[in-house]
Amino acid sequence: MQKKENQEVENRPDNTAFTQQRLPAWQPILSAGIVIPLFVLVGLAFIGIGVALFVTSRNLHVLEMDYTGVEKTSPCFSCSDPIKQKNCKCSLSFELDKLFEGPVFFYYGLTNYFQNQRAYGVSKDYNQLSGDLDYFTFFFSIVPDSTCKPYRYDVNNKPIVPCGSLANSMFNDTFNLYQMKNGVKEEVPLDGKGISWWTDYNIKYRNPSVNPLRNAFNGTVKPLYWSKPAYELDPTDTANNGFINQDFLVWMRRSALPNFRKLYRRITDGLPAGNYSLEISYNYPVIAFDGKKKVAFSNVSWMGGKNEFLGIAYLVIGSLCLVMSVVMLIIYHWRNSSPDAN
Amino acid sequence: LYRRTQKMFCVGEESWVDSRTVYIGHKEPPPGAEAYIPQRYPDNRIVSSKYTFWNFIPKNLFEQFRRIANFYFLVIFLVQLIIDTPTSPVTSGLPLFFVITVTAIKQGYEDWLRHKADCSINECPVDVVQQGKVVRTQSHKLRVGDVVMVREDETFPCDLILLSSSRHDGTCYVTTTSLDGESSHKTYYAVPDTMAFTTEQEVDSLHATIECEQPQPDLYKFVGRINIYKDKEEPVARPLGAENLLLRGATLKNTQHIYAVAIYTGMETKMALNYQSKSQKRSAVEKSMNAFLIVYLCILISKAVINTVLKYAWQWSPDRDEPWYNHRTEHERQRHVVCLFIHRFLAFMVLFNYIIPVSMYVTVEMQKFLGSYFITWDEDMFDEELGEGAQVNTSDLNEELGQVEYVFTDKTGTLTENNMEFIECCVDGNVYIPHAICVRMLSRTTFFLDECSFIKDFTSVCGRPTSFYISSSPDEVALVEGMKKLGYTYLRLRDNHMEILNKDDEIERFELLHVLNFDSVRRRMSVIVRSSSGECLLFCKGADSSIFPRVVSGKVEQVKARVEQNAVEGLRTLCVAYKSLTEADYQEACFHLTEAKLALQDREQRLAQAYDIIERDWLQEKAADTIESLHKAGMKVWVLTGDKMETAAATCYASKLFRRTLYLWVCYSANTRPHNHIYTLLHLVLHRCSLSVDCLDFGLIIDGATLSAVLKPNPESAGHGNYREIFLEICRNCSAVLCCRMAPLQKAQIVKLIKASKEHPITLAIGDGANDVSMIQEAHVGVMGKEGRQAARNSDYAIPKFKHLKKILLVHGHYYYIRIAELVQYFFYKNVCFIFPQFLYQFFCGFSQQPLYDTAYLTLYNISFTSLPILLYSLVEQHVSVETLKREPSLYRDIAKNSLLRWPVFLYWTCLGVFDAVIFFFGAYFLFDNTTFTSNGQMFGNWTFGTLVFTVLVFTVTLKLALDTHHWTWINHFVIWGSLLFYVIFSLLWGGIIWYNFCLLQMYYVFMQMLSSGPAWLSIILLITVSLLPDVIKKVLCRAISPLLTVPMACRTI
Repeated sequence: MQKKENQEVENRPDNTAFTQQRLPAWQPILSAGIVIPLFVLVGLAFIGIGVALFVTSRNLHVLEMDYTGVEKTSPCFSCSDPIKQKNCKCSLSFELDKLFEGPVFFYYGLTNYFQNQRAYGVSKDYNQLSGDLDYFTFFFSIVPDSTCKPYRYDVNNKPIVPCGSLANSMFNDTFNLYQMKNGVKEEVPLDGKGISWWTDYNIKYRNPSVNPLRNAFNGTVKPLYWSKPAYELDPTDTANNGFINQDFLVWMRRSALPNFRKLYRRITDGLPAGNYSLEISYNYPVIAFDGKKKVAFSNVSWMGGKNEFLGIAYLVIGSLCLVMSVVMLIIYHWRNSSPDAN
Repeated sequence: LYRRTQKMFCVGEESWVDSRTVYIGHKEPPPGAEAYIPQRYPDNRIVSSKYTFWNFIPKNLFEQFRRIANFYFLVIFLVQLIIDTPTSPVTSGLPLFFVITVTAIKQGYEDWLRHKADCSINECPVDVVQQGKVVRTQSHKLRVGDVVMVREDETFPCDLILLSSSRHDGTCYVTTTSLDGESSHKTYYAVPDTMAFTTEQEVDSLHATIECEQPQPDLYKFVGRINIYKDKEEPVARPLGAENLLLRGATLKNTQHIYAVAIYTGMETKMALNYQSKSQKRSAVEKSMNAFLIVYLCILISKAVINTVLKYAWQWSPDRDEPWYNHRTEHERQRHVVCLFIHRFLAFMVLFNYIIPVSMYVTVEMQKFLGSYFITWDEDMFDEELGEGAQVNTSDLNEELGQVEYVFTDKTGTLTENNMEFIECCVDGNVYIPHAICVRMLSRTTFFLDECSFIKDFTSVCGRPTSFYISSSPDEVALVEGMKKLGYTYLRLRDNHMEILNKDDEIERFELLHVLNFDSVRRRMSVIVRSSSGECLLFCKGADSSIFPRVVSGKVEQVKARVEQNAVEGLRTLCVAYKSLTEADYQEACFHLTEAKLALQDREQRLAQAYDIIERDWLQEKAADTIESLHKAGMKVWVLTGDKMETAAATCYASKLFRRTLYLWVCYSANTRPHNHIYTLLHLVLHRCSLSVDCLDFGLIIDGATLSAVLKPNPESAGHGNYREIFLEICRNCSAVLCCRMAPLQKAQIVKLIKASKEHPITLAIGDGANDVSMIQEAHVGVMGKEGRQAARNSDYAIPKFKHLKKILLVHGHYYYIRIAELVQYFFYKNVCFIFPQFLYQFFCGFSQQPLYDTAYLTLYNISFTSLPILLYSLVEQHVSVETLKREPSLYRDIAKNSLLRWPVFLYWTCLGVFDAVIFFFGAYFLFDNTTFTSNGQMFGNWTFGTLVFTVLVFTVTLKLALDTHHWTWINHFVIWGSLLFYVIFSLLWGGIIWYNFCLLQMYYVFMQMLSSGPAWLSIILLITVSLLPDVIKKVLCRAISPLLTVPMACRTI
């Protein structure tokens, strides 16, 4: 008998809230009393944010200019001819009728340029770029990384540093901005510091710790399309040379979409109203793949550059919420007043 | 399979012999006997486990990769290893490894349980006679030829040949319930030459061999011969038959002990040969899951094809194909066109392969496995009397419990208690009720006692009881106890004399001369006794149909009327008749009996009087309520019983299966009618049925004979159309069907018939006896009642009482279905959301198979970021409360016919997934379009773009589940918010630490940079809101439009 009782105790399931599926639970019900005020609140909040974004965006200026030189009237038309491409210079003049508030960001833009292609994107050697000298030399077929193909070795089997398509195709147009003051060209100072990510500049990319830097590149060749080797990217400033050259870093961060802008320089003080001339040394060929080259001046706010999409989207969704709350109100009202409603 | 292997063995082995020779006690045969052919027999180990320690890994891996989904991922993984693909092999290898490991752990655990069960069987103690002593050993050490001693109520450890028993006539009683479901006691006989042995020494002195056939699965067939060698005499050969063979799994009853010799052991026993591994029952949910999977596979392939074709179209111009900044390698240029095409196609396949939810199967499996514990744990289904709760044998069918359309139930023991109580008796047309007897005793004593004593005598005799009232049938127990109430106590059986204490405390003795056991052909049993006065009496008890025709005198008509009346009231009836035999009659009977044990008919013909004993079979508590609920839930309840029509019908009325308003069609006793009669009848029924507006008011009663006539393929009926079809049509239109006088096999046939009908409804069979096993195995879901302990293993679920069916179906079944349906749909949804942006991205990256997300995200999305919330949701979600489900059985109809996994619902989820994906992608696209995202003017790259999309994705998908959660326990809170938090923390760590060996640094600081930008936050909030908005609006509108209770359902089914 006792055995039976024990057995019973053994078999009896635990009487806990969990095992009996009776855990205390919060059972939210999307009832009219909650949902309609919620929608109104969300709608109002979204409209508020939307208005703020929209107004901020309106106050921002963007000046974008195409300098590809496809049309004959374009100042850079002569340079766009791929045959006489070497060191071609052209200049673009524009007028500002009022002050462009600083800081102004100076971008270059490319269209129809697929930096996000897979084969292109993986074509680099991180070990090289982090300054590991072991990867600067030819070592059977392991070093540099095979993803760098076809820009891995030159014809003499010398390793290319930095190797790969991505580095090889670095944007190499340079710009100088002049303000025309009484017929005199006065150069506008362009700030090239801090245009790349802090982590890229300080952690991810490293120069080999060899002094002078050019010794590290002995036995290597520069990328095929580069006019000068990596250690001469900015000979004036060792902190902006080699792999930690800011322009190089900006280029190495691949863009997400085929039409993109990249930060070129910063103009801290802004641009006062007046006439300007942008001198371009035109090196980068884009016409072959129907690309366009642009420059853009823009100032930014707390919410980034000029982008009306976000503000409009917030406004639309906010209004939609308000409309929905009205619709719901009508439906609930109609249901409650109709006699057969249960 | 076993037989097949055996056959192969047969062919291959030269030395195969079709009989085996067993040396009892392993003694060498005397010289001069036939040539000694040594044979190897397996030991008595029972192995039901699938794996051993050594072969677990290879065998389990093989089993798992036979699954199409696993195999698919293996192929993808191998493709990734072999060719240059956009994502690293880790992204599909790791989830696959995870899935395989989890499944292997689960299966390993189950197999370990099986090992444990095997072990406990194999190690149970057995008494073996060795050198004249009884030695206790373990079951698995038993070998062919061992002499075994089995005590009362012990189970035979292997197939044995009975040598001798403690009963002097060399017989023993055995129940074979666990083997064939017949609960009556069967008698087995020892060979006359050995039956005299009573001690171990005597048994040990036996020198004999047994020649018998090789093991075969037929339980009732056995041919053998025993050769007994006596000193210097010719060996005596005796035939052995099935009546000498004690089968493994049967239990010794009413016999103190027996000696027997083992002839078939271990996996060669008839029980093991009959053990068929349960066929895999696949649930409807799994079928739709596979269908959806195929659709997604098609989507995947078409996506890959579209992208490959578009890639070629896009690359038509050479500048696009190979712009100067992105030259191809020589190797790639020289590749063959076809080869290149395949390569590209495969690369796209790999890129999009995540659309097939890798972890869905494992999550479903976990959900089923863990979820089934809720049934076992349920205290409502715990039965105090039995001390047992519900039991789950197959967790694969949990959700099927929510889909049941037809319930087939056994009557006796399932609907009813199967506890008999003696209610009244009718002797010669006079009705006596035990309680009334006590009161009115004085007035009618003399007449009465006389009659009663007959009943009592009979009872005791037929009951064949031991010192307890252990008896093969509950009727007999009821009778003995009923008699006790009348003052006649059965004492014991001593030396073939039954002793009965009568009212005056005197002991009356009856000598038991012969017992003719009950069998289902004769449907009666008889005894011949000699009373103390020397009078020989033959008593016969059985069903009315088998007794009345044999009664020659007495007030048969009155008794018959009473029987009918009682049967209608739902009482179980039993008829008893007796005849006094003259000495000559008796001798003649004896002669016949001993000579042939045949032709029993003769002696039972002239019976003098008819008694009628009526017992009541109580309905199980709440059976009626349960049936009513099942009806309301839209299930059709069929009662399949072996009982007679009147009794069964009465039970049906009592259990509210038949309402009083129900119009009943009765198809009965077809054997007396010509076939076309049935046909006309069926047609008539069908016609009337279709005429009536509401067919639900029809009930049908059909008996086994008619049924077999209906189901029999009849060549003549070819012109008339098929009975089967018409019958099916009728059955579908009836709300309640009662099939009486059914053989076990017919029960299974009925289930099969309904299962195969064109709507393929889900069936559930419930029964307690072993005769229901075939039906239970046939049905989609088998549920077992309290009896039939061993047979309960054949069921998928075992519940203690019929009333628990209500909870297991209406509550558990409903929940499981809702949960798994959401699980399946959600899995497809979240993978569409996941992969569709990647598909869209291809249009903006020159179809270059550039992955949108980082490797870590691709790998972990399914196995960690979004896996736990849905698993926990599918374990604890309760869209409505338990009480509501119990109170409103009609809610069950909402999920009938797999309503949550139909194509429109699936389409809705997929469209929602595509919509969300489009929002994610184009939202991010327009935000990134040529604008600066930060306040320091820096630009973001492609990984930030992907991370932004992925963050929105993870949040949306998790919050979508949060929206669908109606039951927020702390577990839900913990898991949902926890997994979002985990995502954020993981991303911070993943991007914040330089993982040298692992990462290509592409994600370094990407997540932090993104979070440092205001517009990114704003756009994340915006995109999440927009993606969830349609679903919220849909839910709110559903709530507004549909009535309160069924809201969740209405919203689910759109």
